[in-house]
Amino acid sequence: MKLAARHITVVYGARRAVDDLSLDAASGEILAILGANGSGKSSLVKALAGVLAHDGTVRWDGAPAAPGSIGYMPQDSGVRAGLTSFEVVLLGRIRALGFRAAARDLAAAEAAMVELGVADLAARRIGELSGGQRQMVLLAQVLAAGPRVLLLDEPTSALDIAHQLHVLDVLRGVTRARGLTTIAVMHDLNAAARFCDRVAMLNRGRLVGIGTPDEIFAPAMLEPTFDVSVAVDHGSDGHPVVLPLRAIRRSRTWR
Amino acid sequence: MSAAIPPAIAHWRAASARRVAIILAGIGLLAASFAIDLATGPAMLPIPAVLRSLAGQTTDPMTQAIVRTLRLPIALMAAVVGAALGVSGAVMQTILHNPLASSYTLGISAGAGFGAALVILFGAALPLPQAWAIPLAAFAFAGLACAMVASVGRLRQATPELLVLAGIACLFLFQALLSLLQFIASPEALQQIVFWLFGSLQRASLDQVGIVAAVLVAVAPVLLADGWRLTALKLGDERAQALGVRVGRLRLRAFVAVSLLTGAAVAFVGTIGFIGLVAPHVARLLVGEDQRHMLPASAVFGALLLSVASVASKLIIPGTIFPIGIVTALIGVPFFAWLVLSIGRGR
Repeated sequence: MKLAARHITVVYGARRAVDDLSLDAASGEILAILGANGSGKSSLVKALAGVLAHDGTVRWDGAPAAPGSIGYMPQDSGVRAGLTSFEVVLLGRIRALGFRAAARDLAAAEAAMVELGVADLAARRIGELSGGQRQMVLLAQVLAAGPRVLLLDEPTSALDIAHQLHVLDVLRGVTRARGLTTIAVMHDLNAAARFCDRVAMLNRGRLVGIGTPDEIFAPAMLEPTFDVSVAVDHGSDGHPVVLPLRAIRRSRTWR
Repeated sequence: MSAAIPPAIAHWRAASARRVAIILAGIGLLAASFAIDLATGPAMLPIPAVLRSLAGQTTDPMTQAIVRTLRLPIALMAAVVGAALGVSGAVMQTILHNPLASSYTLGISAGAGFGAALVILFGAALPLPQAWAIPLAAFAFAGLACAMVASVGRLRQATPELLVLAGIACLFLFQALLSLLQFIASPEALQQIVFWLFGSLQRASLDQVGIVAAVLVAVAPVLLADGWRLTALKLGDERAQALGVRVGRLRLRAFVAVSLLTGAAVAFVGTIGFIGLVAPHVARLLVGEDQRHMLPASAVFGALLLSVASVASKLIIPGTIFPIGIVTALIGVPFFAWLVLSIGRGR
C-alpha cells in the first residue's frame, strides 16, 4: 500500500510554491521533506493533507484518500486553549464523535495517549504543558483518528535536542508498529538521516531528488539546494553526517 | 472492554459529571433568583404566595394580578434575554478567538440601538404601534449590522481578525449614525432614545418573551450540534482545519445564528452590555472550554446574572426601578473581579 501524489501544484498569486511535484511513499516508511526556507515544504504537506487548495491528485492504495485516512499535524504554534490533554486528543476523533462521546472514541483517545506514553498528562491543561509534552499530546490527537498516512510539519523544530530525539524515536516506533506512511517536513538534515528511510529534496517548489539519505546527501545535491558548501561524512552508526561549512554568496532572487 | 476503566477516561467522565452538576446548580440558583424577582417590588410578596399564585392556587386577585401580569413577563424576560446574551457572547468569543468579542463590541447592539432610535424619531408615520415597531426596527438593524460583518467575511476568507475589524467598523458607523439622530432629536425623543439605550425589562410582555425564547430554542440545537467543532476551533484555525472542520463555514454559520439571537434579545430590552462578555468567562472558569458544557453554562449564568440584576434594580432605590443596563455592570464587575481573583489563585 502506498501514497501516490501526482502533479501537485500550489499557486499563491503569481508564485508557484509547489510546481508539478509527484512522489510516492510506502506504508511503514518515514519520508523527510527537506529544502531551504520558502522551497515549498509546508505547502506540499498541506496540499497532501487536503487543507490547501492545489492541483493534482493524492491517492492512497489507488483510490482517492478517504477523509480521516490522512492525519496532519501542523507546525507547533503554541496552543492556548484551556482544554485538558485528554479533550485535545479526543478531538482527534471529531469525525466520529457524537454529541455524547461514545466508549469507542474515549478508548481510542486513551489508547493513543498510552501508546505515546502521555496518559499521565490526560487531566493537565494543554496550555500548561512543556513544548515536548504538547507535541506528544498533539501527535496522540492525530493518531487517535487511526490514520494510514501521517503528515507532520516540522514536528521537532521547537524542541531541545533530547525532546527532538524522543519525538523522532516515538514517530519511528508508531510508523513501524502501525504500518503508517509518515511524511515529515524537517530542517535538521542529520536527524533526517538518522530517523528517516528516505528524504525528498525540494528547491523552489520542485522535487530535485528523492532517495535514501546516502543517495541524496552529497555536496552536489545539498550545495545548490541550501546555498551552503558542506562536507558529508559518515557517523559511527553508518548514517551520513552533514557538516555545513559556509554560506555560498549568491544573489538569490526573492520572490 | 475490560471492567477496569482507564484513569484518563474515568477522570474525564468525573470532570464531565462535575460540569453537569455545576450547570444544574446554576439552574437551581436561577430558579431561586426568579422566585425572588417575582416577590420583589413596591408590594413585597412572600415567596410561598408567589409560588401558589404561579401554580394557580391563590384566590387573591391582587396577588394574582401583580405576579402574573406585572412581574412574570419581566422576570421571564430577564432569564431568556440573559441566556441569549450569554450564549451569543460565548460563541462570538470562540469563533473570533477573542475574549473581548460580544455582540456589543461587534456593533450588533449598536445597530439595534440605531434602528430603535430611528423609529422613536420618525416612527409616528408607521402603521404599527411603537411597542412593536421599535423592536422590529432594532432587530432589522441588528440583522443589517450582522449582514455587513458577515458579507465582509464572505468576501475574503473569514479570518477572525477580519470579522473583528468589520465588527468594530460597524460599531463606529452605527454609533455615529445614532449620535446624528440624537443631535437632531427633540428633547422628548432624545430622552426616549437614551432610556432605550439604558436597557429596560419593564416593557416586556409575555408575547415578546415567547419570541425571544423561540429564537433561543431554534438556535441552541444548531450551536450544540456544532459543539465539538466549536471546541476544536479553540485549538486555532489551522489545527481545526487539519481535524476536518470547515472553519470558514462554521464561523459564518455560528456568527449568523448568534446575531439573530442577539438581535431578538436586544430588540425588546435595549442594549444590555456586559452579560455577553462576562457570562461566558464565568462559564469557562467553572466548566472549562468543552463547548458542549460551556454553551449551556453561558446561557444559565447569563440568565442568572440578569435575573439577579433585575432584583437588584428594584432594591437599589425602593420604589424606583433602576435601569437594568446600569445595574448589570455595577453588580457584574465586582462579582467578576472576585471570581477571576479567587479561582485564578486556586490554579
